[in-house]
Amino acid sequence: MSGTPRLGLGAKLKALLTGESRSAKGLTPDSWDDLEATLLGADFGPDVTDELIGTMRQRVGQLGAIDDDDFLRLLREILEEQLSRFDSTLRLSDRPAVILVVGVNGVGKTTTIGKVAKFISHAGRSVVIGAADTFRAAAVDQVATWASRAGVDIVRPQQDGQDPSSVAYQTVEFALRNETDVVIIDTAGRLHTKGGLMDELTKIRRVIEKQAPISEVLLVLDATTGQNGVRQAEAFLEHAGVTGLVLTKLDGSAKGGFVLAVQERTGIPIKLIGTGEGIDDLQGFSPVAFAAGLVA
Amino acid sequence: MATFGELSTRLTDALKNLRTKGKLSAADVDGTVREIRRALLDADVSLDVVKEFTAVVRERALSDDVNKALNPAQQVVQIVNDELVTILGGAGRRLEFAKKPPTVIMLAGLQGAGKTTLAGKLAKWLVKEKHTPLLVACDLQRPNAVTQLEVVAESAGAAIFAPEPGNGKGDPVKVAKDSIKYATDKQHDVVIIDTAGRLGVDAEMMKQAADIRKATNPDEVLFVIDAMIGQDAVATAQAFQQGVDFTGVVLSKLDGDARGGAALSVVSATGRPIIFASTGETLDDFEPFYPDRMASRILDLGDILTLIEQAQQAFDAEESARVQSKLASETFTLDDFLEQMQQIKKMGSLKGIMGMLPGANKMRDQLDNFDEREITRTEAIIRSMTPGERQNTKLLNGSRRLRIAKGSGTTVTDVNQLVTRFEQAAKMMKTVAKGGMPNMPGMPQMGHGGGSKGKKPQGKKASKSGNPAKRAAENAALAAGVKPGAAGSGGSGFGLGAGGKSTPSAEEMENLKKMLGGGL
Repeated sequence: MSGTPRLGLGAKLKALLTGESRSAKGLTPDSWDDLEATLLGADFGPDVTDELIGTMRQRVGQLGAIDDDDFLRLLREILEEQLSRFDSTLRLSDRPAVILVVGVNGVGKTTTIGKVAKFISHAGRSVVIGAADTFRAAAVDQVATWASRAGVDIVRPQQDGQDPSSVAYQTVEFALRNETDVVIIDTAGRLHTKGGLMDELTKIRRVIEKQAPISEVLLVLDATTGQNGVRQAEAFLEHAGVTGLVLTKLDGSAKGGFVLAVQERTGIPIKLIGTGEGIDDLQGFSPVAFAAGLVA
Repeated sequence: MATFGELSTRLTDALKNLRTKGKLSAADVDGTVREIRRALLDADVSLDVVKEFTAVVRERALSDDVNKALNPAQQVVQIVNDELVTILGGAGRRLEFAKKPPTVIMLAGLQGAGKTTLAGKLAKWLVKEKHTPLLVACDLQRPNAVTQLEVVAESAGAAIFAPEPGNGKGDPVKVAKDSIKYATDKQHDVVIIDTAGRLGVDAEMMKQAADIRKATNPDEVLFVIDAMIGQDAVATAQAFQQGVDFTGVVLSKLDGDARGGAALSVVSATGRPIIFASTGETLDDFEPFYPDRMASRILDLGDILTLIEQAQQAFDAEESARVQSKLASETFTLDDFLEQMQQIKKMGSLKGIMGMLPGANKMRDQLDNFDEREITRTEAIIRSMTPGERQNTKLLNGSRRLRIAKGSGTTVTDVNQLVTRFEQAAKMMKTVAKGGMPNMPGMPQMGHGGGSKGKKPQGKKASKSGNPAKRAAENAALAAGVKPGAAGSGGSGFGLGAGGKSTPSAEEMENLKKMLGGGL
């Protein structure tokens, strides 16, 4: 919303429902328009916004009289319900547990890997990172810096521009040899529209699975993304078999409302949340906390 | 560059109903406006901009001068186009250079927007334009951003100023300041400052960016923004406008699908023009941004100008002159065919090019099914032929075709298809080279240049012999007997799908050519 300070959804709704409590009938068409504007502004997208407003109207109708706190609580409940429909636990019981990290360019894959590595190694598990982003300039050095910050092993490509699949293979091989618990494979950012690059992901998957099953394929999504996030998820699901979402850059002003649509459309649960550039800025996904953030 | 594809499709859909109706009613306009609103929201255009946009379109669509017009639907398209151009920033703006070098360009934006990659693209482009850019590594935050810039600078053929190792060490403001002096000493005429990604809400980092700006007094501050960004685009753009007061916008990752709707928002929220579009992963995927062209592309009117420009860069004039003369002298061979295909590859994605052609939007689904590896397969087939075979496809008997199929990992059917396609293409090209109109299947025959030439009485006189070699010989003999004035180049006998009619062979064309002599 141009010109206005970035208020939370709740603050905005409070502003629109100022003070006195209203009956359901007291909610004017304008209030609903404002709710729509707020939801759209949080990147929920037109479809999900329509659905949410429909559900809200129904619930408000059932409840009859409603004040602004109820209105907010109701919205939060609806969001929580929708967000918690899927299981958001990371499955890392295989040994080694292989995590493949994928996503479009610049969403924060490498940073996320650094954080996940730190998190897992702090839980007492050994970790090795496979630097399979052999495309972007200095990507290997970047992930190596994160590996040393997290105090975990790294498998680097032996030469420039090496086939990422072979780096992934060597990383799993390393883990099997050294009995490392968790393998995290970094991949180059790729736009989901590039067929050849998406095929490359399928190949990486195939090559890894020759040695060990893949426990998790995490798709990293940037919270500032708009409705394109849904298409990204669909494409990556098709080519890489994504099992979980990581939502990054939630420390900014973007709300990341589009993930609701992603979850609904693809059935892939959100598993992790990134909230900054520090190595500890990572949280497990909690529907309650996330819904509260959306309706702060 | 299937830019704005979805928006384009949706608006086309929204306006389809309008196109089929003779007259505009208020209900028509409202329905259309609703579609446009939803399409724009789906494309991540900010709600405020959408409201403004649809209000203006509605008002203008309902005004009298539209209803009086001959074709109201076209007028609505025009209105939507006008408004899109207005929002996208009116006439395009170019990069401004300082009167006294060095010109200082500072890049700013969110994390992962593509600043470092853009720095490389900009540098490479400037090198091509005979400038001597200096890349300055002021992203001392992100691990190994400095290394990345070094690699990028090397492949762009530009110099780099990176006195600090980065990874959290060093003062970017000091680096930026020192770089200006360095550039003056070393006589670099453009300085490109790559800064760390920062969030609009991070006050400390925004202050640092403002300090870099103060220290270097840049001629251009470019705000790099991801074309995929959602509603947050406006808040972020405004934060950067307040923080560093950027002078222009660069839209990155435009090679993805759809989106870019945020571009409309950013421009309308800040009033700053989009100067460049970044469209791919290599350093050459970079072009000036043309608001008017982009707007007509949204409306599926095609982006012919960009297409022509790209084509011109890929095809050097000499090469095309050579092909032209080849065509005219009718020695167009599979080798030339191969070269042309490589030129097309150089031009960029075939899908991208097709996407820029008017009306191609309807073909988008087909395009998505089109496999660009087809070109690679064709290349493989041609490369499996001997030089002799490439010169003369007549040599290709069954056994040779089998050998070629095996050599290229294809089937004989594939080889047959290619040869047929090539022969048809060669014929069409000859016609074009002679100034005639190519005869396309399913299209009415058009007249060719030089009205004095009569139509060739091909259909009546041509031999109906089943043996191609015999037929060619007979036709040649027949043609030799025809007076020069009576022979033409664009006759209906060249029709691609000309069923039972015999088509002229290469030899025959050669003869015709000789007869026509200098008359071409």
